Amino acid sequence: MTSRESPIVSPTPARPPRRRALGPRLRAAGLVLPLVAFVAVTFLGPMLSLLTKSFHDPDVANALPETMAALRDWDGRGTPPDEAFAATAREFVAAREERTLGRTANRVNRVASGMRSTIMGGSREMVEARAAAEAAGAATDGAFWRETMVAIDARWGGPEPWRALQAAGQRFTARHYLKALDFERGPDGGYQRAPEAWRIYVPLFWRTFLVSLGVTLLCLAIGYPVAHMIANSPPKRANVLLLLVLLPFWTSLLVRTTSWIVLLQNQGIVNDFLVAIGLVGDDGRIAMIYNMTGTFVAMTHVLLPFLVLPLYSVMRAIPPAYMNAAVSLGATPFQALRRVYWPQTLPGVGAGCLLTFILAIGYYITPALVGGQSGQLISNMIAYHVQTSLNWGLAAALAALLLGGVTLLYAVYDRLVGIDRIGLGA
Amino acid sequence: MTALPLRAAAPPRAAGAAAGRTRSPAGARRAAAACLIAAGVLLAGCGPPGDLAAGEAPGGAPDPGERSLTVVSWGGSYARACVKGYHEAFTAETGIEVNLADYNGGLAQIRAQVEAGSVHWDVVDMNVSESVTGCDEGILELIDPSILPPGPNGEPAAEDFLPETNTECGVGTLVFSTIYAYNPETLTGPAPTTIADFFDLERFPGRRGMNRKPDANLEFALLADGVPRERVYETLSTPEGLDRALRKLDTIKDEVVWWEAGAQPPQLLADGEVVMSTGWNGRIFNAQVLEDQPFVIVWDGQILDRGQLAVVAGTPKLAEALEFMRFAARSESMAGVGRYISYSPARYSGQSLIGRQAETGDEMWPHMPTNPENMKNHLMADWEWWADHSDEMQERFAAWLAR
Repeated sequence: MTSRESPIVSPTPARPPRRRALGPRLRAAGLVLPLVAFVAVTFLGPMLSLLTKSFHDPDVANALPETMAALRDWDGRGTPPDEAFAATAREFVAAREERTLGRTANRVNRVASGMRSTIMGGSREMVEARAAAEAAGAATDGAFWRETMVAIDARWGGPEPWRALQAAGQRFTARHYLKALDFERGPDGGYQRAPEAWRIYVPLFWRTFLVSLGVTLLCLAIGYPVAHMIANSPPKRANVLLLLVLLPFWTSLLVRTTSWIVLLQNQGIVNDFLVAIGLVGDDGRIAMIYNMTGTFVAMTHVLLPFLVLPLYSVMRAIPPAYMNAAVSLGATPFQALRRVYWPQTLPGVGAGCLLTFILAIGYYITPALVGGQSGQLISNMIAYHVQTSLNWGLAAALAALLLGGVTLLYAVYDRLVGIDRIGLGA
Repeated sequence: MTALPLRAAAPPRAAGAAAGRTRSPAGARRAAAACLIAAGVLLAGCGPPGDLAAGEAPGGAPDPGERSLTVVSWGGSYARACVKGYHEAFTAETGIEVNLADYNGGLAQIRAQVEAGSVHWDVVDMNVSESVTGCDEGILELIDPSILPPGPNGEPAAEDFLPETNTECGVGTLVFSTIYAYNPETLTGPAPTTIADFFDLERFPGRRGMNRKPDANLEFALLADGVPRERVYETLSTPEGLDRALRKLDTIKDEVVWWEAGAQPPQLLADGEVVMSTGWNGRIFNAQVLEDQPFVIVWDGQILDRGQLAVVAGTPKLAEALEFMRFAARSESMAGVGRYISYSPARYSGQSLIGRQAETGDEMWPHMPTNPENMKNHLMADWEWWADHSDEMQERFAAWLAR
């Protein structure tokens, strides 16, 4: 049963005549409408609006329109014309009074670290400078602001803060994606790869991918025999075994993870046992947690039911007669397993592996708790940017890349195995 | 998270339907598979159950005739100290019911509430770095310093609060400290006394616990490397200084167990998983005094930071929230917390009011981070610097950690 053979047995479904079917179809559509609306409102809408944030970032452009207009024709060399100084000072002072400057400063700080205090601290002094100039009857024109701003902070006399303003002021930007792929702005204004010590997201994507793949394969190796045993047990025993698979599944994720810590830690039960039976010395306790081993053990345990359940339901539907026939025709048990049984379970294997892999890619609490320094995965950074730094643009770009990667895998899977062969037990 | 696999495990149709795989139109299969992926991504995005629980509003709409407000705090022994220390007194005095909810820090929920226009958190207990970001974003109310009450002897609030404890949106309530502690039962031999000892694997072998964040770790590393405390942030601002801090951390990296939650350090120490660990002084205190653990805190190189209260912008209960802020800003309220957990009041006048631990009768002052005995070599965390650099540090630290 490979995908090459399936066209032979899959007939084209006969399409009922359109006129006759319209009424029932409309009624059927009406029935699913609430679900479609629900998914659109609670899932698709928010997801799309968040993904939009990854390339659409109008905050600074809206907050500083005159500055952006004055910087539009500036080529990024030296300092911009006097009008830019005047416009920036005017808008900083006004935004400070309306209490919207913090948000702007925060956005610009993401482009160039340190800009937050340059803007916030500088604007405080700009308000004072303007008041002093007005009291003295002096003009507050571009030349005045150029001199004042450079006096307040010498950085304004160089191109960097202006480039940061210009970059942050782009409404549509690829900046978040470039950052998510470890590129940074070079001195000539173009993008280049970040220095090695600063590359963070691409290595984390790789690690996330490899950990998820490893966990999925481990789950398959452990789950396949288990699912087979449950599927071929008498109903009473099968129920008990199924319950054993489901029981940890109903336990809180944190409880399960913490139990692994108790079991595997240096002074934990497993190590105590190994020392007690003399297999390892008291100094030679094995480090099984706070490293990659811990991540694999705990994640495999947490995700195992997601693989066993689809696999089990597919296996239950395979009549034992096929295996008997194979053996009676002279196949060794291994041959029968490989050439008769395994191909029939492929739909379940595909469904289970895909589900496990996708869930594994998004996990971060379990690896963070038991993984030590290897426990940092890409989702940790997404969570950081969503919750702490509030840089939702970058979080959205990272999430979009993750989603893109999963979609790509889905396409590859479709190409290699055929997505229509995925099975949930039907 | 149980719905999906249960659906997947739905009992198979009659045995004959097994062949249905080939009969059903490929399009439907495709759609089913796509749904599977979408659901998987959706589930994966749910994150930890802890966060889900933290996001829930406290149950039940309050009786309209009764005044109440929702205060969100860090849970555990700290939240308990706040309830006993002054929430109860607040309710007794004003008749305003306090609904306490837990969270784990982070601004996402506040931002979501403010942007959706349905604010159901009123007052939030925050780190100063987050309250500054939240203030910049406009999701917290500005606090007029004139609402802060004078001290018990009429000390004006402006002079009575410790320096840099109040910000535009946050009212300082306490000073806490990141210190390191060791367990003398597992760390035999000489006792460590300085921050440099934490990085000295030769004299003090054994694993170390550290927070998996750049905060405090970078400062510890520079202090241990001999940078004078007044030059720490200046040094960290240069690429060479940052490299220097990471090089110092490199020397112990292989021996570090990284912790995530404040409850972990005492656990790691008690389990013998590490011989010393950085941690928040209140958590270690809790283990020392309430759980009789033999831990010893090393105050040298302690990094002081402030805890604040802030009001979520646009809360419908602004009047109640401000009343709560005024009450919490009293010296007596801060001292009330200090009678349960060793976090120093953010007011000088509050520090003299603490006395003894309310349950065990231990003298509290020796455990306080602001006790001059413990402040011989301390560093005050610079929130302005962290507001400027935290994203950059977070990324650099994560890159370092992944290497």
